[in-house]
Amino acid sequence: MRYELQYKRYSERAILIEWPVKIDENILHDLLSFKKSILSFYGKLIVEVISSYNSLLIYYVSTIEDFYSEVFELKSLYSKDFEDTVPENKLWRIPVCYAASLAQDLEVFAKDKSLTVEEIIRLHTAPLYTVYGIGFLPGFLYLGGLDDQLHRARKITPSLHVKKGAVAIGGSQTGIYPVDSPGGWYVIGMCPLDFFNPKTENSCFVSPGDKIQFISIKENEYNDIRTKVENKNYTPESACL
Amino acid sequence: MIANVEIIKPGLFTTIQDEGRFGFSKFGVPKSGAMDHVAFGFANLILGNPKNSACIEWTIQPPVLKFHDTTTIVLTGGEADAFLNDKKIEMYREIKVSKNDILKINFCRKGVYGYVGIKNGFLSEEVLHSRSFYKSITPRFRLAKNDKIPYQSSNNYTDHFSAISPPLFLENSDALEVYKGPEFDMLNDAQKSKMLDSVFTISNTINRMAIQLEEKIPNTLPSIITSPVLPGTIQLTPSGSLIVLMRDCQTTGGYPRVLQLTETAINYIAQKRMKEKCSFRLIEF
Repeated sequence: MRYELQYKRYSERAILIEWPVKIDENILHDLLSFKKSILSFYGKLIVEVISSYNSLLIYYVSTIEDFYSEVFELKSLYSKDFEDTVPENKLWRIPVCYAASLAQDLEVFAKDKSLTVEEIIRLHTAPLYTVYGIGFLPGFLYLGGLDDQLHRARKITPSLHVKKGAVAIGGSQTGIYPVDSPGGWYVIGMCPLDFFNPKTENSCFVSPGDKIQFISIKENEYNDIRTKVENKNYTPESACL
Repeated sequence: MIANVEIIKPGLFTTIQDEGRFGFSKFGVPKSGAMDHVAFGFANLILGNPKNSACIEWTIQPPVLKFHDTTTIVLTGGEADAFLNDKKIEMYREIKVSKNDILKINFCRKGVYGYVGIKNGFLSEEVLHSRSFYKSITPRFRLAKNDKIPYQSSNNYTDHFSAISPPLFLENSDALEVYKGPEFDMLNDAQKSKMLDSVFTISNTINRMAIQLEEKIPNTLPSIITSPVLPGTIQLTPSGSLIVLMRDCQTTGGYPRVLQLTETAINYIAQKRMKEKCSFRLIEF
């Protein structure tokens, strides 16, 4: 399916392409396919493409001399068939420990929601979450698909120190803090994996368009996996979609 | 030969910067890089360095540095009196540095960010194709006392008896050139004219990520779906504050993007201090 796109000049070096304003998996797939075809057409040394829910920002290494001919080029790329450029996406099984000793806000969160901890774990591990984008922090995944029963307004006063690996809920979103950071979300679990590694070119193993499922693990399993991750002999479990 | 520069006093917030990271926004990695690309670029230009060579960037209170071997340096950016072994030196010209020389720069008189360029650049660790410091990416995010930064020592100093006049941009940068942001046309006429006809004051919330302005625009726009942003993007927050994103900004944001500074204007606003004024002049591409 093709959409009516808007092309806007964003700066001397950037063009913004916008899809209809909504969160929708069909839009995401169309946008990621177009992103892949733009990158293979121009090459990574000429442009970088930032993607989010319903837009792509194409950032050029130098000033765009003729905006209209660039847009013409992009439109003709979009009119072509994407069959070769449909990205291959994966389902990642991400271990999370929901022990109260590691999840500082879990018990408060359960009480506020009038749910048991077991119910929270069941609701949080049931969906296949869609990765809509990466942003906010290096390696932070924007996930869609949190169960309505787990929506919870953010903290009025953010916590100053949320630990790397914290699995948290804020508003209608859930996510994993990839680095230590201040944050206003409720921490309900800890994930032993690293989502951002600046030492490698492929700094985050997850890509937009992938799916994520959380798997509940015990605290001793958490420690085992964490040790393996630190020794660099852990590969996250995945399947092709 | 590799020598070190030793940080005797770190100053207020001193980092290593080059042109920043290109190609890693897809992982949420900020661009980073020198806050004032013009002053940074002059340092490397005068030294005859490749243009992406790393410089030391200081903020208002410069550091005290000791060079362990001979080299050539250039000072650019924020205006300050500088001394090599207590002898006054000029900015914007090549300075010969001998073994164990100490560079002292007084509190900055005008502007915010200054640069110490060195022949062939500072050689701190390169991460994701850049030496620019950023927390969680580079091992350090600011320089501390006793830190040592390597450089290639160089003996071939020849005095060119020439210097570049400090660029005049600091004198004439009150009207910052902007383009319409993607959400500009969602504003009503009163909001637009307030934004383009008012004089704004730089608040005390200034850092490498963003500069907040004091005056507010009555805001009725809802937040937007998380969307890409760049350095120079001006966001309008729900409370009506304008936030100018700078070099270390995140790659995405959820506030309406009402204006976009030109590449040049980003360098201008970077050098403005708390209480200084600016206004916005809309230009077409």
